[in-house]
Amino acid sequence: MMKEMLASIGYNYWILTVLLALPIVGAVALAFQASASASQDALARMGSARKLALLFFAAECLISLGLWWSVDYGSPDWQAAAAVPWIPSWGIYYRIGVDGIAVVLMLMTTCIMPLTVLGSWTSIREKPHAFYALLLVLTTGMLGVFMSLDLVLFYVFWELMLIPMYLIIGIWGGQRRLYASLKFFLFTMLGSLLMLVAILYIGLKTADPLGRPVFNYDFILQSASYPGSAALWLFGAFFVAFAVKVPMWPFHTWLPDAHVEAPTAGSVVLASVMLKMGTFGFVRFALPLFPDAVANPMVRSTVITLAVIGIVYGALVSMVQPDFKKLVAYSSVSHLGFVMLGIFALTTQSMQGALLININHAVSTGALFLLIGMIYERRHTRLLADFGGIAKVMPIFAVMLTIVALSSIGVPGTNGFVGEFLVLIGAFRTEPIAATIATTVVIFAAVYLLWALQRIIYNPLAKPENAALKDLNAREIGLLLPFIIAIFWLGLYPAPILNRTHSAATRIIERVHGLSESSSGSVRP
Amino acid sequence: MLQNAHPLAETVARFVWWLPTVPLLGFLINGALSMFAAAKLGPADPSAADHHGHSGEAHDQPHAAEHGAEHGAADAGHGDHGHVVRHKYAPIVSIVGPGVMVLAFGLALATFMAMRSAESPAPYINTLFSWLPVGDLKVDAALQLDALSMVMVLVITGIGMLIHLFSVGYMQDDPGYPRYFAYLNLFVFFMLLLVLGANYVVTFVGWEGVGLCSYLLIGFWFSDKANADAGKKAFVVNRIGDFGFMVAMFLLFSHLGTLDYAAIAESADKLPAGGIVVTAICLFLFLGCAGKSAQIPLFVWLPDAMAGPTPVSALIHAATMVTAGVFLVARSSMLFSLAPVASLTVALTGAVTALFAATIGLKQWDIKKVLAYSTVSQLGYMFVGVGVGAYSAGVFHLITHAFFKALLFLGSGSVIFSMHRAYHATHNHGDDAQDMRNMGGLKQYMPITWGLMWIATLAIAGVPPFSGFFSKDEILGAAFARAHGSTLADASLLGIPGNIVLYTVWIFGLAAALLTAIYMTRMMLYTFHGPNRTGDAARPHLAEAPWIMTGPLLVLGVLSLAGGWLNLPEVVTDLMPLGPTAKLEHWLEPVVGEATKRVAGAGTPVAASTEELLIGFAVAIAIAGITIAVMRLKPSALVPKSAASPSTGLQSVLENKWYVDEAYDAAIVRPTYTFSRSVLWTGVDIGLIDTILVNGSAAAARFLGWIGSQLQSGRVGTYAWLLVLGAVLLLRAFARAS
Repeated sequence: MMKEMLASIGYNYWILTVLLALPIVGAVALAFQASASASQDALARMGSARKLALLFFAAECLISLGLWWSVDYGSPDWQAAAAVPWIPSWGIYYRIGVDGIAVVLMLMTTCIMPLTVLGSWTSIREKPHAFYALLLVLTTGMLGVFMSLDLVLFYVFWELMLIPMYLIIGIWGGQRRLYASLKFFLFTMLGSLLMLVAILYIGLKTADPLGRPVFNYDFILQSASYPGSAALWLFGAFFVAFAVKVPMWPFHTWLPDAHVEAPTAGSVVLASVMLKMGTFGFVRFALPLFPDAVANPMVRSTVITLAVIGIVYGALVSMVQPDFKKLVAYSSVSHLGFVMLGIFALTTQSMQGALLININHAVSTGALFLLIGMIYERRHTRLLADFGGIAKVMPIFAVMLTIVALSSIGVPGTNGFVGEFLVLIGAFRTEPIAATIATTVVIFAAVYLLWALQRIIYNPLAKPENAALKDLNAREIGLLLPFIIAIFWLGLYPAPILNRTHSAATRIIERVHGLSESSSGSVRP
Repeated sequence: MLQNAHPLAETVARFVWWLPTVPLLGFLINGALSMFAAAKLGPADPSAADHHGHSGEAHDQPHAAEHGAEHGAADAGHGDHGHVVRHKYAPIVSIVGPGVMVLAFGLALATFMAMRSAESPAPYINTLFSWLPVGDLKVDAALQLDALSMVMVLVITGIGMLIHLFSVGYMQDDPGYPRYFAYLNLFVFFMLLLVLGANYVVTFVGWEGVGLCSYLLIGFWFSDKANADAGKKAFVVNRIGDFGFMVAMFLLFSHLGTLDYAAIAESADKLPAGGIVVTAICLFLFLGCAGKSAQIPLFVWLPDAMAGPTPVSALIHAATMVTAGVFLVARSSMLFSLAPVASLTVALTGAVTALFAATIGLKQWDIKKVLAYSTVSQLGYMFVGVGVGAYSAGVFHLITHAFFKALLFLGSGSVIFSMHRAYHATHNHGDDAQDMRNMGGLKQYMPITWGLMWIATLAIAGVPPFSGFFSKDEILGAAFARAHGSTLADASLLGIPGNIVLYTVWIFGLAAALLTAIYMTRMMLYTFHGPNRTGDAARPHLAEAPWIMTGPLLVLGVLSLAGGWLNLPEVVTDLMPLGPTAKLEHWLEPVVGEATKRVAGAGTPVAASTEELLIGFAVAIAIAGITIAVMRLKPSALVPKSAASPSTGLQSVLENKWYVDEAYDAAIVRPTYTFSRSVLWTGVDIGLIDTILVNGSAAAARFLGWIGSQLQSGRVGTYAWLLVLGAVLLLRAFARAS
């Protein structure tokens, strides 16, 4: 029903391009509004900027929802695809399309973005127009990454995400914002440049009959073969770019700094969406393009070892963090380690679980950063030691924080459980030792989050400045509710998502297995 | 649905999903009321403020003396002594909270009737929806109704209903009244899910869910750090066990390709009996059980869990949740019966725990701590039962224990309630309402509680004809019988022959029975007999608790007395026609019968004369224990806690619980934190990666930049040459690589 209705308005023909263009239009509109309202006072400027931004983000979210129905998830072809020559003499096209994995991540992005605006509602007072315009540009970058089917286009969007986030941290961040933003920029840039070299090499290598380079994803997938160790080097270049973004241990140290210094919206976008770019990159590019390298036992065991180190390391370091944001940042290292384990274990369950954790982490960690932002606005501190007993004065906040923390711990019934469970049960079939070590984190996750929970909402209400705290207001409750609903929906009935990603996930696994059977027998289905 | 063919599908049993749903609705209503009240009340509202010592808050303070000073200071400020603010939604909550339990129990009874008349041995599976369909993994949200889950449902809803009713009185003045019932209802929901799950994953949902509720209820009075600590400890220690549960599921799925109980029961034979796989599965499962059911080495959380309100201790930490491990072994009997080494491990762990916990119980002064260690010890017995393959005996003891231990805890709750009320009325906030040294002679003031608690004490001590006698005796008898001809006797544990292990288990069980009789009699003597030590001011205020609390105690008293009727041994029914023989065993036959036979093997049953001898021996031990306690202990010689001198020697070792907590802290907890902080965080993260690698490469980059700046001469010619050079090098590199 819904599908026919969408088809009748030609939804699939225009939706992707509109999703890319609308935020840019919004950014331009904000720029006009900024110059028009230059004479107003700061409060009025903040009010008008956030309303306009929210309008664009809400519109973006609403029109994107149609993808849930309009796309044929079982089809092996790209959906809602489009291709327009961009720089044809260099073989560069505006070539976009989606599959189940991309759609789910895109919807996650478009749904979270309006909430980050609500989360910044009162906290962004300086240059609000610029802030929201950057958020909008960032959205185009992120969505572009998910739908690019041309390697150069992909690279353009990849870099497009980097700059707004660099500015958001650098301008609206905390005290050490310059250090954090530069660190973020350099880490990501280092990986990106290696990837650019690899992309150029692939394009030049996969030339068309006229000798022009080809960056068409499908064409490269079908025709490319790399001599000798080239595949390993190319995989390595992509690996570094994506591993920094994930972030995998030991490329993770930019993350705690970036999170601590970023404003709430920056942290939410960083954790919820941008970290998923790395794992998405592996699934879309690194695995299908270089199946031989992925099937190489040395490569796989290295990646899986790094993933497991990240899982345990992130959890252990979380346990000793005095700053709540840092604690959550290190827990991200742990959660994203699960995603990497799931992807490289190469089973249906683990791959599907990894995709689910991508979303679960966005929900749980996004909500955690929003909650931290809410008490930070009230108390101007994030140190756990400065709180205690505030469940007495902020009971609704306490309930929300408890639910979100439990989801992050992975208590069954919440979203956190299903993803971790699928990754581990799948990974156990091919990598039993790694999976068993990773499972120990169920203990540490409980330790660090319950410890944080206790120090914030439980214990005696000893500090007088906490006794006067006001509970959450209607805007704050309203903005957290979608997260709470998602926590239970994904935890109790994830089948709609699993069904949508199933065929895309199995295709990737089959490709790695199929193309690598001749060269390596170590991977079994 | 496919299960329409099942005879139960036409009966009330098809509404089995209502069983967990009803308490869930109770949770939603009470939770909403709690939130609604919280949103309406500001911190200035008296019922939202911290009324330490003025309401229920201080009932279960295990360290009340430590907090005495704090109370005193707080009290100086306001003169509203005796003024109790009852929650404004208390009337609705008092109906909804216990009401949903009455409904659930009614439905459970109706379902039980339907099952009795249907007489179908096959489990009835009610599939609600497909939860995790991923490739060849199919996990349904499905409930399974069979003899085992039915028994558990009756215990949970029945005892749960009584404890909910008791709570109405016990918690009446607590500012968190709706929150309390919300948690308690939620607990019942998860507990029913645990026992009704049709596969390991649904059971695991319940398993973790009850752990969560336990966490929330232990830390119910969260403003006290000790309570919040205890809740967290319970959750974390349980998670160690959950790690085992999860790995067991992974092993099951990778070797059998399913997690459904029914499918595993059919295909378990594919795993070689006594093989490494099935042994590993069972041992990992048992790690989970040891966590949930507080067995060595994971028992440390349960005594601390007494920080929660006493009805919670009765329901969660005695009657239901902590027995989930025993249930899980019985539920997995098709696997355990194939793994003699794992089964012996279960039995031995149970026996050692039973004895070890009983020694600690001998020297505790806090009445709830005595009962807590007693619970650990009794759970050990249940594991002996299911470990030696006497699954129905283990479940039988689970049931009788639920009766008498719920009675003991609620009885102690009555005592604490009365003590606290007396202290409160006399503005005494310094003395500990739970320390037996402050009690004594309460028989005179609380005769009903006194009588009922004696029934429970005789039951737990194993004196006939009280319920505990039958179940404990059946377990010890089975351990003894299995030492001949069973698969367990033929196996060996770490090189020790199985029959020696089993005799050890049996002897440990008898020794623990002796200690049980001693420490329970001690508790009764110190609490109810001898002179009263509560203090002259408080004494006139000591009295029996209201009927909403005493009523449930009466019902439990009857059950503790007559619970043995559920499963009378042949030896007894041969002598006296008290009732049907081995009723429970027959009832559970479809679920655990095959596994029981497989473990028992070709072994000949113990001769009736030997059995009579064993029973006589066990009874003699129970009576000896009680006699020793009565002879040796002098309640009149006790002094109140404040006047007591510290104990020495073995006595202080027992009082400090063998220093297990301290040992874990020094050996595991602190090293982990130190390692994480000093080695990983400051060492690797800040030191190695950030300082050396990141900042080091930044320094290197600055150096290169300096070289670059020297090249930046501004002469266009140089630039052009460098550009060409770079391009040539890049192209060469690409050409080489291909």
